[in-house]
Amino acid sequence: MGSPHRYIPNTDQNVADMLADIGVSSIDDLFSVIPPEFRLTEPLSLPKALSEPELSAELNRVAAKCAHSMQYTSYLGGGLYEHFVPSVVRHMLTRGEFYTAYTPYQAEVSQGTLQAIFEYQTMICELTEMDVANASLYDAGTAVAEAAVMSCGATRRNKVVVSRAINPRYRQVLRTYAHPRGIEIVTVDYDTQSGATPPESVPKDLLDDAACFIVQSPNYFGIVEDMAALSEATHRSRALFVAVVNPISLGILAPPGSYGADIALGEGQPLGNPISFGGPLLGFFATTSKLMRKMPGRLVGQTHDDQGRRGYVLTLQAREQHIRRESATSNICSNEALCALAATIYLSLMGPSGLRKVAELCTWNAHYLHDKIAKIPEYEFPFDGPFFNEFAVRGRRPPAERNRRLLERGIIGGKMIEADYPELSGCTLWAATETRTRQELDTLIRELEVLA
Amino acid sequence: MKGPQPLIFELSIPGRTAVSLPEPAVPARELAELFPEEYLRKDPPALPEVSEVDVVRHFVNLSQLNHAVDTGFYPLGSCTMKYNPKVNEDAARRPGFAAIHPDQDESTVQGAMELLYTLEEYLCEICGMDNFTLQPAAGAHGEITGLFIINAYHESRNDKRTKVLVPDSAHGTNPASAASAGMKIVQVKSDDRGNVDIEDLKAKAGPDVAALMLTNPNTLGLFDEHIGEIAEIVHGAGALLYYDGANANAIMGKSRPGDIGFDVIHLNLHKTFSTPHGGGGPGSGPVGVKKFLSPFLPAPVVRFNEATGKFFWDSDRPQSIGRVHSFNGNFGVMVKTWAYIRSMGPDGLRAASEYAVLNANYIMRKLQPYYDLPYDRACMHECVLSGSRQKKSADVKTLDIAKRLLDFGFHAPTVYFPLIVDEALMIEPTETESKETLDSFIDAMIRIAKEAKDDPDVVREAPHDTPVGRLDETTAARKPILRYTAEEE
Repeated sequence: MGSPHRYIPNTDQNVADMLADIGVSSIDDLFSVIPPEFRLTEPLSLPKALSEPELSAELNRVAAKCAHSMQYTSYLGGGLYEHFVPSVVRHMLTRGEFYTAYTPYQAEVSQGTLQAIFEYQTMICELTEMDVANASLYDAGTAVAEAAVMSCGATRRNKVVVSRAINPRYRQVLRTYAHPRGIEIVTVDYDTQSGATPPESVPKDLLDDAACFIVQSPNYFGIVEDMAALSEATHRSRALFVAVVNPISLGILAPPGSYGADIALGEGQPLGNPISFGGPLLGFFATTSKLMRKMPGRLVGQTHDDQGRRGYVLTLQAREQHIRRESATSNICSNEALCALAATIYLSLMGPSGLRKVAELCTWNAHYLHDKIAKIPEYEFPFDGPFFNEFAVRGRRPPAERNRRLLERGIIGGKMIEADYPELSGCTLWAATETRTRQELDTLIRELEVLA
Repeated sequence: MKGPQPLIFELSIPGRTAVSLPEPAVPARELAELFPEEYLRKDPPALPEVSEVDVVRHFVNLSQLNHAVDTGFYPLGSCTMKYNPKVNEDAARRPGFAAIHPDQDESTVQGAMELLYTLEEYLCEICGMDNFTLQPAAGAHGEITGLFIINAYHESRNDKRTKVLVPDSAHGTNPASAASAGMKIVQVKSDDRGNVDIEDLKAKAGPDVAALMLTNPNTLGLFDEHIGEIAEIVHGAGALLYYDGANANAIMGKSRPGDIGFDVIHLNLHKTFSTPHGGGGPGSGPVGVKKFLSPFLPAPVVRFNEATGKFFWDSDRPQSIGRVHSFNGNFGVMVKTWAYIRSMGPDGLRAASEYAVLNANYIMRKLQPYYDLPYDRACMHECVLSGSRQKKSADVKTLDIAKRLLDFGFHAPTVYFPLIVDEALMIEPTETESKETLDSFIDAMIRIAKEAKDDPDVVREAPHDTPVGRLDETTAARKPILRYTAEEE
């Protein structure tokens, strides 16, 4: 007699009335177009429905089988970082008016989303000192791939040069996207002493027929690159310089616009988003006015209504799939709008001084940890370049065994990077953000002494 | 009605702050000691300087300018704007899901891996496929992933196929994804009942065709009447059949793409599986394949070791297309999907599709006397009407009808799509709406049809009761203002 589920309101009586209005005798009549051989006759083989309390219990059971960073002290980074997120971010994000809306196709009833994206675009431009930023891409990996494709389109070349010190996962995504389009990828090695990409290692003839040079700073090893020199070396040819940056680091480090980057992008997760096992993330993406119309992704622009009041709309849509179909600059449609909103709220709360302070605290904590580890004779550092919130360590004991022992003591140890860099056997990557306390750092240092 | 709001930057007062951070726990260092001077930032970014209460009021005020599923009916065709269960939001925020790092040792994330593994099983069962990758972060991302897989398959057989067939009713992402995957697009016509034109398909399904991308039910809301024959023609040409799952809300528990002969499918978890759209993401676009394509799935995949009873990452996949996402895809969205499937169960999912189809047919039949119906047969989860009658008789365009609906507190349907319908109005009510809601929407649509005759200006000049009036998109595109710039004092 009632409705079939708490999310489905129509009752049997509603159904009967509606069927009568439609002029059919059963709901199944509406499915008669499906050829009988393709109609399911048995129920799907899925677990039976749970009530809300049963569901919560089941979710608790599964979630309890994960060691999370509120129980354990984690030193994992490698592209995703644990940062303090003010309560305001969650409270604003969980407003149904934001998270249950879709892409703002009807601008008059979507000004909240549109204005927030406009503010986000402005903040990314401010952080990076670039001219224009889009509404977001999926993550840094796909943003790297989109930057490569965009560079090839803008320069009419088909080769991209990439530093081997950028996150190996971003290079893997790039490879997936490049292969079917026939884009050639040339990798430039890092300097084994500093861990940085040496500007002199990039010969002009390598770049002369390249669409772009992609460099990450701080790079995967945490080392800050000489971006000004690398950008200059790139611009000696007609290639574009693509800077992959950590947004928190821009509180203290020179922004891509200051060294002439043509495209600046990065992983926006650190701006108010949880790590969440690797997603949803936030690919931020900015470029110059000159390249604006080649840029992938959505853009919000300011305009006015019929009474002259300020308002915002999706604009420059002639670049996009729903207008241009196969001639679009990218196939992207849904992006990571809510993660971009989190970043906007986070940056509104931080302001210029808060962002700088977070970046300083990260730097100081990471350097404190680094300098204390340096005093333990069994450990050494493969690189001596300047670093931000993360660094590589080599120890004598096999890292897997050390991490297992640390885990027993409530510590999630650094990432083993040997699989991606065989020459760095025994090396692990350690990140320390502003969330690490003195006590946690000292506990780790003591444990590392014991495990040396 | 709340009107335009100042930008957060315009609220900025130098020295104001909304954040409190701890004093340094370790000795503070001069940055100039740690980095070469030229590596350091010279000018701080001009972020707003506001108080915490400023931030809260600003974003609450902004939120109130939005129409959303939580505020009212949102019949946006092809987007499946169904209710987003709150318990699922809480689920994804549990620390055991939200505060775990993808590089953690497998032994410390068995719960998350169990969730991924079982979600893959559920999606396989619902779609009749053999394996799924959960890496793609959105529908279009799923499309390009599926095409990468199709490319890799043909390549592995040294079979050079460069073309993708796309019906003229297809979503814009289909041709854009195919082009992004380096393929050429060939358009296939629709017949006069809204199906793929079989003769045109036969003529175009040549030896250089890699795949046909098909949305079924299609963007007209119609289930293709020749679906079996289409599968035979495509496979007969050595090509693969791709299922765009944007419209999968019509078929759960009723029919499975895998049983029909589809080789590759993407789903939109943010449509069919109730996860919120977030104002334009995050979504999630898992891709399912038949067994013969499994070796090409993005690596790694979660597998279960029977002997140890543990889940593990299988990265040893030499034929894999590689990664399509930096990490595991939009895991938070998957948690919500998993919770949705567990809450619905097999009967609930089937009921969702049945009631979605019922609701769409009800709207279609109730509005048929007032609007043109280009394809008069039972629709699936959405119906496509046309405003061509109003345009011809009263010069009231579909855009005007859409804007007028906003005045009645409804979001507009998708308009001017699919492209093959003149003045298209694509209405998708979903199963989470009651008859009373549908009736009030129907009343509004009937009233607008009458207004178009009696008082067309009220429709042409709509909306009247929204935070802003109709916005000038031409100026926005001609002289783009894409960021705020402080005015010189």
